[in-house]
Amino acid sequence: MSIEMNTKTPVFSANTIEFRDVSFHINDILARVIISSISLAVPQNETLVLLGRSGSGKTTFLKLINGMLLPSSGQVLVQGRPTSVWDPIHLRRGIGYVIQDAGLFPHFTVAQNVALVPNLERWEPARISARVDEMLQLVGLDPREFSHRRPRELSGGQRQRVGVARALAADPPILLMDEPFGALDPVTRAELQREFSALARRLGKTIVFVTHDLREALLLASRIVLLQSGRIVASAPPQDFLRLDHSEVRAFTASLTPLPGAFA
Amino acid sequence: MSPWAFFSEHRAEILSATLDHMALVVIAMLIAILIGVPLGMFIVQRPALRTIALGIASIFQTIPSLALFGFLIPIPFIGGIGKRTAIVALVLYALLPILRNTYVGLTGIDPVVLEAAEAMGMTRGQILFRVRFPLALAVILAGIRTATIITIGVATIAAAIGAGGLGTFIFRGVALVSDALILAGAIPAALLALLADFLLGLLEHKLKVS
Repeated sequence: MSIEMNTKTPVFSANTIEFRDVSFHINDILARVIISSISLAVPQNETLVLLGRSGSGKTTFLKLINGMLLPSSGQVLVQGRPTSVWDPIHLRRGIGYVIQDAGLFPHFTVAQNVALVPNLERWEPARISARVDEMLQLVGLDPREFSHRRPRELSGGQRQRVGVARALAADPPILLMDEPFGALDPVTRAELQREFSALARRLGKTIVFVTHDLREALLLASRIVLLQSGRIVASAPPQDFLRLDHSEVRAFTASLTPLPGAFA
Repeated sequence: MSPWAFFSEHRAEILSATLDHMALVVIAMLIAILIGVPLGMFIVQRPALRTIALGIASIFQTIPSLALFGFLIPIPFIGGIGKRTAIVALVLYALLPILRNTYVGLTGIDPVVLEAAEAMGMTRGQILFRVRFPLALAVILAGIRTATIITIGVATIAAAIGAGGLGTFIFRGVALVSDALILAGAIPAALLALLADFLLGLLEHKLKVS
């Protein structure tokens, strides 16, 4: 894990991502509100962790950033431009995306999966293969051993490493992660969390990370934002987060402490 | 006369009828694939068209095959007596399994994979050709396999409208009450169906991505 990422000179304002009074509701008869008037700025190089229960609007929040969803009202700005103005394909090629279960292409080898965006961007083949090796080493997989495997021949943890390598391959300035370690066993999860936290510090990316695991949020975040029913109810750096006085914060804090009487 | 004596005496005729039969099936299948697969790809993201296309293909399937051959005879350009009409009817029969499997294959992809593809910045066309299509190939092929076997069977009825093939023996055998003649048509047709099933099954297995 000795390779340095090439850091691009920023061509945009201090805020890589900015939500301006954003609401999102589903256009059905019920018109359910998923995100409710959120305003939030994510400066460059921040690792923002969105914490919340299932159904709190975390995944929708991510999809509003890469234009897979457009706000019902308000604006989401990425590098100073509203997502409604961006060409969605161009926008997404500059945003890495890692999801639970990795979403690797089962008909591609590991190398082909990692090479996906560089291929779409028509890089030179030699540059692509060098980049694939570099990325696999970065996430702790030996290219000689793993390049030619198929996703089904990998463990869950290895698949998720490939997912991270794929997201980083074209060196996007932004990385979105949707409970990337959620489906892993606790031991593998802790391992990947530790490695990723070290990686994130070195990468110099703007990262938005979604989780329902407070422990994970405390480990990875430079700032934790707590979502409840589509609203931001708390926002603080991890060292201050546990001291916040809010019922939902207390609910999450309670999840950290073992049940009374357990292991007695 | 025993069937075996009949077979050896008429093996040249049986062989040529088998080749005729194969030609009918291969031509009909190629046309059905060329229509069914692209049409299936086209209707994936068009729900209104999907209902219409699958509906029409299902209607053809419900018409008894002998009746379908009969219906086509008076239709100008595609109708009449002979191979051309037979091929049109066989194509209409083969279309449904191919179309339906293409559609089912393309829409049955793991949503996580499709979400990742979209989020990585693939265009709709790239997702269709580089993700959906390769992952659906085994299912599409299963449809082609089903259609081929149906077509080999239905093609025997094409002899009723003068298209030739192994059905010629069967119809003659029925008319003359000759088991040997019927078997001379039925056995090669059954063997063809088994062979096609086996070979396409092998191919399907090779293309399956788990």
